[in-house]
Amino acid sequence: MNIVLSVRQFLNDMRRQKLRTAMTMFGIFWGTCAIVLLFAFGKGLTEAQMKSQKGMGENILIVWPGITAKEFNGLPRGRRIRPTDDDVRFLKQNAQTLAHISPENGRHMTLKYGRQTHRRFVDGVWPEYCIMRNIIPQFGSRFINEPDLQNRRRVIFLGDILAGDLFGDSVSAAVGKRILVNSMPFTVIGIMKSKEQNNSYRGRDNRTAYIPNTTYQAMFSERHSDDFVAQHKPQFTGEIARQEIFRILGEKYRFDPTDEEALAVWDTTEGFAFLKTFFMAFSSFLVGIGFATLITGAIGVTNIMNVVLEERTKEIGIKMALGARKSTILWQFIFETLLITGVGGVLGFAFAYGVISVVPMLNLEEFIGIPTIDGWGAIMMSCLLGLVGLTAGIFPARRAANLQPVQALKLF
Amino acid sequence: MSAIMDMKQIRKVYQTGKVTFEALRGIDIQVERGESVAVVGPSGSGKSTLMNLMGCLDVLTSGEYKLDGELVNTLTSNQLADIRNKKVGFVFQAFNLLPYATAYENIEIPLLFARVTGRKRRQRVTELLARVGLADKAANKPTEMSGGEMQRVAIARALANDPEIILADEPTGNLDSASGGEIVKLFNELWKQGKTIIIITHDASIAGQTQRIIRLKDGAVDGNGDLR
Ligand SMILES: Nc1ncnc2c1ncn2[C@@H]1O[C@H](COP(=O)(O)OP(=O)(O)OP(=O)(O)O)[C@@H](O)[C@H]1O
Ligand SMILES: [Mg+2]
Repeated sequence: MNIVLSVRQFLNDMRRQKLRTAMTMFGIFWGTCAIVLLFAFGKGLTEAQMKSQKGMGENILIVWPGITAKEFNGLPRGRRIRPTDDDVRFLKQNAQTLAHISPENGRHMTLKYGRQTHRRFVDGVWPEYCIMRNIIPQFGSRFINEPDLQNRRRVIFLGDILAGDLFGDSVSAAVGKRILVNSMPFTVIGIMKSKEQNNSYRGRDNRTAYIPNTTYQAMFSERHSDDFVAQHKPQFTGEIARQEIFRILGEKYRFDPTDEEALAVWDTTEGFAFLKTFFMAFSSFLVGIGFATLITGAIGVTNIMNVVLEERTKEIGIKMALGARKSTILWQFIFETLLITGVGGVLGFAFAYGVISVVPMLNLEEFIGIPTIDGWGAIMMSCLLGLVGLTAGIFPARRAANLQPVQALKLF
Repeated sequence: MSAIMDMKQIRKVYQTGKVTFEALRGIDIQVERGESVAVVGPSGSGKSTLMNLMGCLDVLTSGEYKLDGELVNTLTSNQLADIRNKKVGFVFQAFNLLPYATAYENIEIPLLFARVTGRKRRQRVTELLARVGLADKAANKPTEMSGGEMQRVAIARALANDPEIILADEPTGNLDSASGGEIVKLFNELWKQGKTIIIITHDASIAGQTQRIIRLKDGAVDGNGDLR
């Protein structure tokens, strides 16, 4: 059948069925819009969450002292296990599963620069702490290094917000300045590049100050650290890394390596995996809603095509009497449904795209991330729409094509 | 010369719910090539039913129907569609033009199904429009034409692929006598050009112009098939 006539017939049908066509197209339009928007926002949100979760670092284990809950080799339970810096160093040299490790020792201290005085958390750490926690020094500054640690230097690295609090407008000139930490002079060596982080166990990194752990211990004559942070190698799971830590330290402190209470461990990967699953489920849920809307639209299309079929039975009969084959009738119907879904779908997609392009201007990135559609999403959406159109069209089309010419003509 | 249509013991049974109705009860009809035949009979005698079977618009219940030597019962739906497209041309009482299409486009339809392309198709449509005296109405839609003009478009459309057989079911039924007369004149010309013409009619003067009259009564042929 020639295209011009098909399109003419389509337009003619649609004119006679204005409201119904409009509503059906709207159904498809809305369904497409909903899917695309929900998908895009779900993705943006997930990515934003992932990014800020990464602010805590990837593959991170945090280990605190604990109290044994099992007897071991004639030793009673209830013994306190407190790893020292030497133990952390020992782990660094011997644990196969770990990439980086650093003790952490911290408390609130008074930081003073000029007239600004703030009570903030100061953390004593090793140089590799910044690698694990994705702490990146701003241009021209640096994190604590090995000589700082060995010489117990009085140097300090500031979280970006803390630096702003202390230095205000002159924050760019902060490096090299002296500040007072609990009345002791410290030299600022670096400021953190701002990062997103939604997860912490003692304050966000951007409000924290870091000093060499050795300096910290000298200041307070402490031998034990509060905890240590370890980053396991990506090829191992957090659980395997935990087991190795328990085995090595269990040997030294003579506790049962299966005694989960001997050390308190937070495996942040676990939470990360959970978050990933959660957001995947969340996105699927959103897409599911959009899909349901689309299905409703598709049922509308089937409905309208059934009405069209009823109205057009006579025309089908005429065409058959003039030599139209079944397939010709079939394709004409499918063509029309595809056209309805196509127009509705394209409009829905365009609208959703418009919304998505406007969103970044609203400065809501921190809360909802940046909604995005990728090429694959678009292709999948088109296929889905095509499928919906085809399924919606095929049943009325087959009904039409299987009529006997004379039934369609109602000649009697 | 062999008959172009050969029907033996044709029966057509309609089933409406639990009620069955035998519209044709064992009909034998032969139509020779180039013949002109009128089918007459009272309302409900089965004339249209017979015509639909002849033109492969419907399937028979039992019997044997050979069209141009081919046993119709055994053909596929595509083969039947091609017969309707090329071998027979239909003219209906109700014209049955597509309402949204112009005269030109209506005539074009069978050519589209036959995949006649481009200039050939345009030429053929123009030729047919002239043939039925409607060259100036090419762009008119059915609502913009008189009954006689619509029926002439329908005839042009029936002739599109130059079929051997023209089947007309009360072609003048909806027309006044003047335009009806023009239609009959057209059929006579076509017959003279060698087409086989079968017309259902209630009009004795039209039936009188054909070579042969078949009279149906209660689904059977009344008499020996030629009551002239
Ligand atoms: N689809 C059908 N289902 C049931 N009965 C039918 C059907 N089509 C026709 N009939 C019956 O078959 C009989 C013959 O119908 P047909 O249309 O062939 O009559 P006709 O001779 O053409 O009459 P008319 O001159 O009024 O057009 C009628 O009694 C009619 O009721
Ligand atoms: Mg009839």
